[in-house]
Amino acid sequence: MSDQKQERVGVYVCHCGTNIAGTVDVVDVANWAAEKLKHQGVIIAREYKFMCSSLGQELIEKDIKELGLTRVVVAACSPHLHEKTFRTAAKNAGLNPYLVELASIREQVSWVHTDKVVATAKSKAVVSGAVSRVIENRALDEIKVPINPNTLIVGGGVAGIQSALEIANAGFHVYLVEREPSIGGHMAQFDKTFPTLDCSACILTPRMVEAGTHPNITLLTWSEVTNVAGYVGNFHVTIKKKARFVNEELCTGCGICQEKCPKKVIDDVYEAGLGYRKTVYTPFAQAVPNFPVMDKENCTYFIKGTCKACEKFCPTNAIDFAQQDQMLNIDVGNIILATGYDLFDARRVSNYGYGRLPNVFTSLEFERLSNAAGPTSGNIVLRDGKTMPKSVGIIHCVGSRDKNFNNYCSTICCMQGLKFAHLVHERTGATVYNFYIDMRTAYKAYDEFYQRVLEEGTLFVRGKVAEVTDAARNDREKGKLIIQCEDTLAGKQRRIPVDMVILSSGLQPRKDAKEVGKLFGISCSMDGWFTEKHPKLDPVATMTEGIYIVGCAQGPKDIPSSVAQGAAASARVLDKILQKEVSLEPIKASINKEACSGCRICNGLCPFNAIAFIADDMVSDINPALCQGCGTCVAACPAGAISGTGFSDAQIMAQIDGLLLKNLEIGNY
Amino acid sequence: MKPKFAMYWAASCGGCEIAVLNTHEKILDVDANFDVVFWPVAMDAKYKDVEAMEDGSILLTLFNGSIRNDENEHIAKLLRRKSKLLVAFGSCACEGCIPGLANLSPVGDIVHTAFNTITTDNPHGIYPRTSYDVPEGELHIPTLAKALRPLEQVVDVDYYMPGCPPESHQIAAVIDLVVKVVKGEAELPPKGATIGVGDSTVCDECPRARNVKMIKEFTRIQDIAPVDPTLCILEQGVPCNGPATRSGCNARCPQAGAQCIGCYGPAEGVMDYGARLITAFSSVIDATTPEEIDHILDGIPDPTGQVYRFNLAGSLMKANKSAWEKA
Repeated sequence: MSDQKQERVGVYVCHCGTNIAGTVDVVDVANWAAEKLKHQGVIIAREYKFMCSSLGQELIEKDIKELGLTRVVVAACSPHLHEKTFRTAAKNAGLNPYLVELASIREQVSWVHTDKVVATAKSKAVVSGAVSRVIENRALDEIKVPINPNTLIVGGGVAGIQSALEIANAGFHVYLVEREPSIGGHMAQFDKTFPTLDCSACILTPRMVEAGTHPNITLLTWSEVTNVAGYVGNFHVTIKKKARFVNEELCTGCGICQEKCPKKVIDDVYEAGLGYRKTVYTPFAQAVPNFPVMDKENCTYFIKGTCKACEKFCPTNAIDFAQQDQMLNIDVGNIILATGYDLFDARRVSNYGYGRLPNVFTSLEFERLSNAAGPTSGNIVLRDGKTMPKSVGIIHCVGSRDKNFNNYCSTICCMQGLKFAHLVHERTGATVYNFYIDMRTAYKAYDEFYQRVLEEGTLFVRGKVAEVTDAARNDREKGKLIIQCEDTLAGKQRRIPVDMVILSSGLQPRKDAKEVGKLFGISCSMDGWFTEKHPKLDPVATMTEGIYIVGCAQGPKDIPSSVAQGAAASARVLDKILQKEVSLEPIKASINKEACSGCRICNGLCPFNAIAFIADDMVSDINPALCQGCGTCVAACPAGAISGTGFSDAQIMAQIDGLLLKNLEIGNY
Repeated sequence: MKPKFAMYWAASCGGCEIAVLNTHEKILDVDANFDVVFWPVAMDAKYKDVEAMEDGSILLTLFNGSIRNDENEHIAKLLRRKSKLLVAFGSCACEGCIPGLANLSPVGDIVHTAFNTITTDNPHGIYPRTSYDVPEGELHIPTLAKALRPLEQVVDVDYYMPGCPPESHQIAAVIDLVVKVVKGEAELPPKGATIGVGDSTVCDECPRARNVKMIKEFTRIQDIAPVDPTLCILEQGVPCNGPATRSGCNARCPQAGAQCIGCYGPAEGVMDYGARLITAFSSVIDATTPEEIDHILDGIPDPTGQVYRFNLAGSLMKANKSAWEKA
C-alpha cells in the first residue's frame, strides 16, 4: 500500500437506537477506529443514533464533500437493509457508491451477543475488516439493461389469474402457464366460499373466461416450465407444452369426444377421487380453455391400438393421436409464481382413519360432495352414495399445529370447518360437532360467521381429537364412527358417535416446491413455502430480482389474501416494466484469458449459462450480460483465472487480515 | 573476472541437481560464464570458505531443498547474505514438496517411524541424538525443526523456479537468460517472479480432448483399462491435478499417459493450491444425494496427499498445529 496514494476513509458507527448501542459501546468503537486505524487512512470516525435517518446520511454526505473522503464504512445493520441507502447517499455526494462498505454490527454482533465487552471487541474487528476491505474496493459503474415487457405467470389459480388480468389490463403481455388442463386451481373445486357463502364457481368463472379470452394473455395449460435462464428484465424460459392429442386450432370444445369416449376412470384431481371422468376430458364444464386433453395412460387406443371413438365422432377432425410434446421458448422480463398448495395427506394421521374408515372424508372430498356440480349433485351423503348422515363430526387442525406433521397454522381450516358445519346443517339438518384447538376467525366478517354457525346450533368441542374409530363399546356406538376426544372446557374425556367425519386438512407446500424453487432460483422456508424478500415489508418479492411469489405458494392463505397478493405482485411488475430498464449490480465474474487453460471445469457450473467454451482459442469465456455475479465459477476455477468484481482476492484477504487485526501492525500493510 | 555462481542442496532428494546436469552441454555455459564457487554435489568446498566471502559477492545462487533442520537454516541464511540473487530452485525450496508432507506429523513421530518400520534393522532401538561426546570432543548433527519450511519462510527469496525437478529445458532457458543479463543483453524479471514456467496451467499444454466435466466416479489410473489416450484424464475419472498446476513442463505426465500430480505448484495468483483443487474437483462431481457425493469422494482415499502432495508446507495453512508454533 505504501507506494499508493492513501485513501481517506470515514467510519460511521450507528447506535440503531438501543439495537446496537444496548450491547456495543459504539462510542468506544468509533474512537478506537479513529485512533487505531488512522494509519490505514481513517481520517474521521463518528457515531450517531440512527445513521439511516436523513440526518445520519447528511452527516456522511457532508464529510465526503468537506473532508474529501474517498472511502466510507458504515458500521450498522446488514447490507440487506441499508446498503442501498448509504450507497445512494455516497452517490449524492459525488462518491462512487461501490466505495462504501457496510460492517454488520447489528445482525452479526449486537443481536447475537449479550456480553458488552466481547461484543464491543468484535465490533472493532468487524469495522477493521471493513476498513481494510473498502481500501481495496474499486469504483464500479451500474449496468443498465432494457426490460422485456412480457411477464410469465406460473399457476392459473385465483392468485395467478388475478395477477395476469391486472398486467394484461394495463396493456402488457402475459404468458399464463398452468400444469392442469384448465385454469381455476383449487377454487374451482369449491362449492361455497367463506364467510359470504358466495358460489365459488359463479365468482371465479367470469375471471377465468376473461383470462382465457384476453388479447394480452397467452394461455398455456397442460404445460410446465422446464428451464429458466437469464435475470430480471431478460429471462429466457422454456415451457413444455404437453401433447393434448387435440388440435386446439380445430377444436370447438363441443364435448362430443367426451360424450362418446367409452372409458371412465376415477378422477383423482378435480373430483378428489369421488367421481369419474372420461379418458378424453375437460376437468369440469366451465373449464378454460374448454379443449379437452387425452389421458394417454388410460386411453384404450394408446393401450390397445384400437378404439378411436373420439376421432370418429369429432365433427372438426381435431383429434390428433400423433401430437407430440412441444418445447416453447419465450422471453419475459418478470416472473410471478402462483403455484399454490397441496392438501395435507390425511392418511398420515392414521388414528383418524382416513383411507381405512369409509365415512371419514377430507375437506377437498367434502367440497366436491357439497358442490352442486359435483359427483352427488350437492347431496351430502355417506360413502355408499345414498345415506344422508344424521350426525357429522368436523375435526380441525388436521396436519396443522401438530409437531408430528406441520407446526404452522394453515390459516383457512377454522373457517373452512365452520363453512362445512353450515353446509351440513343447511342441507341435511344433521347434528354437527366441530372439534377445534383454538378458534381462529380473524379478518373481516369471519368472527360474525362463527357466531352465525354457533347460533345455527353447531356444537363445539374444544380439544384435540385423539382417535376416530369404528370399535363400538356399546349399542349407542354400534355402526357409528366414534370420535374420542378430550373436552378441555368440560374437563373430561368424551366419545361422540357420528355417521360422518370430515377432516379439515391443512395446506402443504407443493411436493415439488423445492425443485420449482431451484428452477427459478428462489429459496424455500424450513416448512417448504417460498421465501419472500421481507416478511412484512416485501411479502411478494423474492431475493431473486424479477421473481415474485403470490397466493399459497408463499404460505397458507385465504382467497381474499391470495387475490390481494396477485394484484400486489402485478403492481410490482408494472413498476418494473414502466421503468423500461433496470440497473444491474456491476458484480460480475471475468476470465483472464492468459491464465485460462481451457480445462472446462467451470463450463457446466454456471446457473445462468453465462460461460461458453471458445474452441478456437481453447479458453472459456463469460458473457457479462448473463453473469449474475454468484461467484460459483470464481471459487471453482483451479487456475485462479476467474475473478469477481467486488469480491476480489485482494478484497477478501484484506478483510480477513482486518478481522484478525493484522492490519494494526503498522508497516505490515 | 567472471560472476560467481553457487548451488546448494538442503532437504531434498537430489533430483534438482541431476536436472541441472541433465541440461547436457548447456552446463558448459555455466562454467564459461560463471566462476562456480560453491556447489557441494559437484565440487569440494567448505562452509567456512563461503563464510569468508564478502557479503553479496555471489551473483547467483540456486538453492534447492527445503528447510528441515538447523543446518539447512544456517546455510540458507548464509547464502542469502552472500548472494545477490537467491533462487528457490525446485519444488522443495518453493513449496516444501514431498518432504513437506511430514508436516502432518509431530517431529517425534517422524523420527520414531523412521527408526521403527519393519524394514528398519534397528534391534537395539537406537535413536540419533544431536550431540555426542567422543574422546576427540563433542560431535553434533543437525537438529530437526518442528516443521519443514520452504525457503521463503526463512529468508527473502528473489526468484522461484518450481518443478520436481524443474524441467531441463526450462533450466537451460533460465541459464541463457542470466548469461544475457550478465552480458547486458537482457533484463531480469521483477523480483519475486516465478521463472522457468508458463503463464497458465498444465491443461494449457495438454493435447488431450476435453469436454464439460461430469465426474461419476474417481478411480486410480491403473484400475482403468484401457486408458483413452486422447481424452482428458480427469474426465476418465482419475484425479488429475493438471487444471490447478502451473504450466511449464509441457504436460509431460499426461502426455505419457499418467495423471498430473502437481509438481509445478499453484498457478500465478492462486493463494492455496489444495483448496483450489478440491473446490474444482467437488464442483464437477455429478451427484444428487449426499450419499452419492460421499461415495464419489471415497474414490480419493488420501485427499491431503492428492491435493497437497507438493504444496503442504507452502499452503495457506502451512501444515498442522505444531507448525504454527514457531518452527
